Amino acid sequence: MSSIKTEQQVPLVRMVKRDTITQKKTWTIRAVAFVCALLTGALLILFLGKNPVQAYMDMIQGAFGSSVLRQETIKVAIPLLITAIGISFAFKMKFWNIGAEGQILLGAIGAGYWGFFWADRLPKVILIIVMMLSAILMGGLYGLLPALCKAKWGTNETLFTLMLNYIALYMIKYLQNGPWKAPRSSFPKMAMLQPEARLTKILGVHWGWIAALLLVILAWIYFNKTKQGYEISVVGESNNTARYAGINVGKVFRRTMFLSGALAGLAGFLQVAGCDFTITETTAGGVGFTAITVAWLAHMNPYGMLGVAFFIAILERGCNQIETTMAIPASVSSLLIGIILFFMLGCEFFINYRLIFRGGKEVSHA
Amino acid sequence: MERKEKNAVEMQGITKTFGKVIANKDVNLELRNGEILALLGENGSGKTTIMNMLSGIYYPDSGSIRVQGKEVSIRSPKDAFDHGIGMIHQHFKLVDVLSAAENIVLGRKGAVTVDRKELNRQVKELGEKYGFDIDPAKKVYNMSVSEKQTVEILKVLFRGADILILDEPTAVLTPQEVDKLFAVLRNMKADGKSIIIITHKLHEVLAISDRVSILRKGEYIGTINTKEADQQKLTEMMVGHVVSLKIDRPMVEDKKERLKVIDLTCVSEDGVKALERVSFSAYGGEILGVAGIAGSGQKELCEVIAGLYPAIGGSVLCSGTKEGHEVMERIIGLKPDEIVKKGISMAFVPEDRLGMGLVASMDMVDNVMLRSYKNKKGLFVDRKAPQELSEKLIEDLEIVTPGVNTPVRRLSGGNVQKVLLGREIACNPSVLLVAYPVRGLDINSSYKIYDLLNEQKKKGVAVIFIGEDLDVLLEISDRIMVMCGGRVSGIVDPEKVTKEEIGLMMIQVKKDDEEASV
Repeated sequence: MSSIKTEQQVPLVRMVKRDTITQKKTWTIRAVAFVCALLTGALLILFLGKNPVQAYMDMIQGAFGSSVLRQETIKVAIPLLITAIGISFAFKMKFWNIGAEGQILLGAIGAGYWGFFWADRLPKVILIIVMMLSAILMGGLYGLLPALCKAKWGTNETLFTLMLNYIALYMIKYLQNGPWKAPRSSFPKMAMLQPEARLTKILGVHWGWIAALLLVILAWIYFNKTKQGYEISVVGESNNTARYAGINVGKVFRRTMFLSGALAGLAGFLQVAGCDFTITETTAGGVGFTAITVAWLAHMNPYGMLGVAFFIAILERGCNQIETTMAIPASVSSLLIGIILFFMLGCEFFINYRLIFRGGKEVSHA
Repeated sequence: MERKEKNAVEMQGITKTFGKVIANKDVNLELRNGEILALLGENGSGKTTIMNMLSGIYYPDSGSIRVQGKEVSIRSPKDAFDHGIGMIHQHFKLVDVLSAAENIVLGRKGAVTVDRKELNRQVKELGEKYGFDIDPAKKVYNMSVSEKQTVEILKVLFRGADILILDEPTAVLTPQEVDKLFAVLRNMKADGKSIIIITHKLHEVLAISDRVSILRKGEYIGTINTKEADQQKLTEMMVGHVVSLKIDRPMVEDKKERLKVIDLTCVSEDGVKALERVSFSAYGGEILGVAGIAGSGQKELCEVIAGLYPAIGGSVLCSGTKEGHEVMERIIGLKPDEIVKKGISMAFVPEDRLGMGLVASMDMVDNVMLRSYKNKKGLFVDRKAPQELSEKLIEDLEIVTPGVNTPVRRLSGGNVQKVLLGREIACNPSVLLVAYPVRGLDINSSYKIYDLLNEQKKKGVAVIFIGEDLDVLLEISDRIMVMCGGRVSGIVDPEKVTKEEIGLMMIQVKKDDEEASV
């Protein structure tokens, strides 16, 4: 009698936080999620009357099919990776910097000023270095601003950084329409950079990829081996503990947010001088937000971000491909990326929690 | 043979698990009509869980519950009330802006309107019946902790409960209030109520209960008549082996002043004075106990001394070394790292161990270096020395952990405290501040902590022990400073004072003491 009542009491599904989980299990869950995502995406493609297997094949083709396509994929991955590393600086500190988009644009402006107006007056090496430093400084200062206000008045950094994105966007619009408008152009747009202000290619892609790889290693060392990286972790866990340990919390906020913004600024510089050769409203192009996904999926681990950034770059390039080869609308291919990312982020839940169904049978993943 | 009385409650074979944790395993419990049963066990032994199943908060995985001989199924607190069972929780569940009487009738079925006059009269009458001192119209936010508890108990009685469960009711009370509560409980018993009191304090078990049931690690150990029990026996049942209950108080000659606090005043975040002209000295080679009701300024005192909280007046001097000489340095207003830079080694074990003293998600090595990572020059942290220290601490302090790389939040409360205290002791402090060092710890860990503190005292460290258990403070301290409402109501010799006297000082500052401290 009492056992019947027990069943009535117990809810259908319960969540229990996991203590530990093996690497193998983690990857199994991720693999299952990925397969589920592909299946769901296949349904969507079927619904359009297309062949899903063909679509997926084309996607791979689009990302890796030729050396040019491979280079394009890498070009997409570079700003994502660098921005994600920048964001992880702030996120490790539990400082929710969602303003990378704006920091990228400020970096682009910083680089653009020298690129547009000093290209014929400085030797190439000096010009590029100045452009880079200027971009890093501008991005860093733009990241520093919310940290100053948070340390001083306790402002909400999420709203603050979000709003700064719009301000940066309007700065670009202003420059496009006025001071930096290309001469002899009837449209509000900026000129193209002269060859002196463009980045040298190494193995077919601008040297930003080397910078990105170096940054992966440097960021890992910074997080795990330096005092400053340790301070970030302590502040992120508890401001009280940090104060107790004699850490100046405001100072760590400022320093780390400068670095976070500086990296986004660097990404902006690479985008302008390495890919677009001009600045438009789409220079950041959502990289600042996608990079949040990258950092989060990689659990703030730089090496993980390397993998995830490439994964997303492959998806984007692949979707580009099927838009042309299979006439799949851009909205649907974006949806496809959305579905895959949703499943990959969602499966983290099953890594952190396990479900217990009524009757005591324990299930580790969907 | 006497007539077999009917049991008020019988719980048989009760098992309850939370995930992998077995909170209760095959527990049997009997409450007779008209008795006070003490439920004794260490922290985490499953006392509260089993009572929560009786009061309808949890539902057992298996087992049966009988009330007055009839098998029942208690699925919600309302079911429990229908069977006459009411529980008074450790954390009060009252609406602050309502009066005592309003809280008492809250949630009761009946008319839409309330006749406050009649209600207040009823509540007053009920209170008088059992010897409660209560003003039914008083708002909860104006009440002291013990008044709030009274309201909780009356709430349960008003709804006609015959079986009352009290979860650690004395934890927040002064000795005088405990005596009052016990008198009320005896009145209720005389009135035929059956009472279960959850506790881990042995002398209270002996003082109030008729019988005592003991749980250990979720399992039922046994029930004995209180008359046949003594502290030693109960402890053995509770812990599972013989333990010595005596806390040492080694004598140290040659006491040097290590910390001097003069007229220290500070305000809390709401602008109320949290400390008011607190003055005292702490000497090397002694343990200065600090007693007081929770929230009497202990937290602020610790944090001001440790450089974490600003003072608005007064001074703090601490002994340090300057050019090889021992000097008293002024440390008021300095940040923790600035205090260290002055050459002063002060250790602080805060009340909030995982939220302030340690980083919960980090491993032992990273936690051990929290206070010392700055000492090494250069950009990089050195994890070698902390790793060695961690391994040494594990061995010396018998810390139970899978390894130095396990996050500290996975350790049990006692082991967490050993990591924290171990780290603080390792920096060779001249002053050691510990806030509620044994809260939530089992008996073995508690005694290990007492030993460690005594060791520091023998080394000439000035130990300041903020405590809540007066029995412990009386045994371990060389002097006891009593605080009340942010002021020092006196510093007493534990050899020459009774618990009741300290209790009185905890609730009022004596006039002459006040003048003496000026």
